Amino acid sequence: MIAFIIRRLIATVFLLIIVSMITFAIFFLLPRLAGQTTYELAIQYVGRNPTRAAVLAVEKQLGLDAPVYLQYGRFLRGIVFGTHYNAGPVRAYCPPPCFGYSFKNQQPVWPQMVSSIPVTLSLAIGASIIWLVSGVAIGVLSALKRGSIFDRFSMGVALAGVSLPIFFTGLIALELFSYRWPIFPNVTFVPFTDNPWLWAKNLVLPWITLAFLYAALYARLTRAGMLETMSEDYIRTARAKGLPERTVIVKHGLRAALTPIVTIFGMDLGLLLGGAIITEVTFSLHGLGLFTIEAINNQDLPEILGVTLLAAFFIVIANLFVDILYAYVDPRVRP
Amino acid sequence: MAEDDGRRQPGQAGGRLARLRARGRSGREPEVQDAGAGPGETGPTAMLDIRDLRIHFPTDDGLVKAVDGVSFALERGRTLGVVGESGSGKSVTSLGILGLYNTGNSRMSGQIYLDGEDLVAADQARVRELRGNKMAMIFQDPLSSMHPYYTVGDQIAEAYLIHNKVGKKAARAHAVDLLKRVGIPQAATRVDDYPHQFSGGMRQRAMIAMALSCDPELLIADEPTTALDVTVQAQILDLISDLQQEYGSAVIIITHDLGVVAELADDILVMYAGRMAEYGSSEDIFNRPGHPYTWGLLGSMPRLDEVRQERLLSIRGTPPSLINVPAGCPFNPRCDYAARNNGRSENEVPVLRPVGPGHLVACHLSTDEQRRIWAERARVAS
Repeated sequence: MIAFIIRRLIATVFLLIIVSMITFAIFFLLPRLAGQTTYELAIQYVGRNPTRAAVLAVEKQLGLDAPVYLQYGRFLRGIVFGTHYNAGPVRAYCPPPCFGYSFKNQQPVWPQMVSSIPVTLSLAIGASIIWLVSGVAIGVLSALKRGSIFDRFSMGVALAGVSLPIFFTGLIALELFSYRWPIFPNVTFVPFTDNPWLWAKNLVLPWITLAFLYAALYARLTRAGMLETMSEDYIRTARAKGLPERTVIVKHGLRAALTPIVTIFGMDLGLLLGGAIITEVTFSLHGLGLFTIEAINNQDLPEILGVTLLAAFFIVIANLFVDILYAYVDPRVRP
Repeated sequence: MAEDDGRRQPGQAGGRLARLRARGRSGREPEVQDAGAGPGETGPTAMLDIRDLRIHFPTDDGLVKAVDGVSFALERGRTLGVVGESGSGKSVTSLGILGLYNTGNSRMSGQIYLDGEDLVAADQARVRELRGNKMAMIFQDPLSSMHPYYTVGDQIAEAYLIHNKVGKKAARAHAVDLLKRVGIPQAATRVDDYPHQFSGGMRQRAMIAMALSCDPELLIADEPTTALDVTVQAQILDLISDLQQEYGSAVIIITHDLGVVAELADDILVMYAGRMAEYGSSEDIFNRPGHPYTWGLLGSMPRLDEVRQERLLSIRGTPPSLINVPAGCPFNPRCDYAARNNGRSENEVPVLRPVGPGHLVACHLSTDEQRRIWAERARVAS
C-alpha cells in the first residue's frame, strides 16, 4: 500500500510537470507558432502607447526573445529559487515559489493567489460537506422508498437543482435572505481566524447555493447507485444471514453504492478548489474564481498561467486522493 | 418400500444412490414413514411442515403465481431435492421459507411450520431471528452472493455475531474453525482474504461455511453446484452430505440437475409452473415416476451407468409464463399424453393424489396408465 502511494506520488509530480509544460507552451509557444513575433508579445507587458525602444527593452529584460525552452527553464527555476524582475525603474524580487510577476499590478503572482485561496477553500469545503451529507441522505431515502411521495418530490426538486444555474438561484437567495429579509446581510468574506461565527454566517448563502446544485446531482447518483446495489445477490445473502435491515442497508448496500460517489466527489472538490467561478462572482467573494476572471479580463498572462497551474495542481491532487481512497474502499483494486 | 424388487429399470440409479438411500433409511424414524403425505388436518409433526404455500406478486403485466399450493414435510437428518426447470418456482419456495419473499407487495399464504412455529404468520422480527440461525441458505453463484468489500472471515463471522452473544475475537476464531471444517487449506490466513482472492470451488466452500456459522437445523442449498466445474461439483456435494451427517440438519437441495438429487436426496419434489407435479422418495421418483414431466426430466438426463441412448430426449416447448398459466393441467401443452385425460375437461386441474405410500402425482392419467406407460418407455429405452 505504501509502495502504491509512493508510486502514485511520483507519477503526480511528473503529471504536474507535463501540465506546466503544456500550459507554458499555450501562452509562450503557440503565439510564436501562430506567427506572432516576440516584439508583439512584449507589447502586452508594456504600458499604453509604448515607444519602440521601450518595447525592445522589455523584450530583452523578460527574455522573450530567448528560445521558449530556455524561458520555461527560467520559469521553473523561479518556482524553486525565486527570481528578479526589472519592473520599470525598480528591480523587483519575486521570492520562491515565483509563479511569475504581474506587471499590471506590479506584484508577484503567488502572494495574490495565496491570499484568495482561503476564500475558495472555505466556500468549497463548506458547500461540499452540505451537499455530500444531504445529497447522499436524500438519495438513499429515495431509493428505499422508491415511488413514494418523498421520492417523487425530492427527485423533482433535484431536477430543478440540476437545471437552475447558480447565478439565478444565488441572486434569488441574495434578494430574499439578504435584502428583503436580512437574515444574512452583507455577504462578505471574514477569515475564519478573525471571527468563526461571522465566517460561517456570511458563507451560509453561498454554501447553500453551491451545494443545492451538487446535492441535486448527488441525490440522483446515490439513488441510482443504491437501487442497483440493493438488487445485488450479496444483499440477499446479507438478509439471509438474518442481519437487521439497517445493517443490510448501511453496511452492505450503502458501502457499495458509495464507491462511485467517492470518485466523483474527489473530482468535483478538486475542480471547485481551482475556483468556484460563478458562485464567487455572484456573491462577490474574492476567491480564486474571481481572481481568474479578473486576470482574464486584464489579459494578465503571468496571473492566468499561475492560476491555471494552481487549478491543475488541485485536480491532480484530488485525483491522487481519490485513487488512494478507492484502493482503501474497494479491495479488488488494491495493488 | 415393499415394492422394492430386483427388477432393474432405466430410472434406477447406480450404487452410490443405493448406498445413500440405505443410509437415509437407517437414520429415519419409524413414525415419519409418510412424512411427505402433504397437507393434513392434524398439527405439525415434522421439523419442517409446509402446507399449501402460495406466493403471489403483482407485476405490471399481471399477477405472478410463483408458488401455487406447495406442501411437504421434512425431518432432521433428511434431504429433500426440489427439481424443476427455471421458472418452476423452486427458488421462490426456498426464499419464501426464509421469509425473504414476504416483503414489498408480494403475498404469501399457507403455513410454514418450523418446529411447530408458523413462519408465515410470525412477525418479521421473529423470522429474522431464525434466519441465518436456525435456518440458513447456500446461494447459487458464490462470487456475486458474497460482498466484494468484506473479507471472507468477516462475512462468515457476521451471522455468528448477530445471533450469539460473543466478541469479535471469538467470532473470528469460529470463522477460522468453519473454514477448516469445509476444507479450506491455511484457514487461519485465508480468513482475511477477500472473495475475489478465492477460487470458485473455495468460494462455494466459504459460502457453505457462512451458512453453517450458527449450526442451522434447516439448510437450503439453491443450485449449490451450478456455477462450478464438474470435479468441484462432486466435492461440494460430498461436503454437503458429510456436513449433514455431522450436524444432523434437514437439507433442501434445489436444482434442475437430477444427477445432484440422485446423489443426495431422500425425497424428491418435482415442481412445474409453481405447483407440485410429483412428490415421493427418491426411489419412487427414479424407479416408479408417475408424472409425464418427471419422465421427461429423467429422459433428458445423461447416464453413465447405462448403454448410451441414441440421443437425449428433450421436453418439447418451454415452461409457461407464471402470469398466464394454462387453465387445467399446466403441463398439458407440452405433454405427450395430453389426449388421454380420461374424459376430464381441458380446464380441470389435476389434483395431487397418492399412487403409492408417500408418493403423490398430479396427473389425469390413472395410476395403472402411469405404470404401463413408464414400463413401456423403459423397455423402449433399453
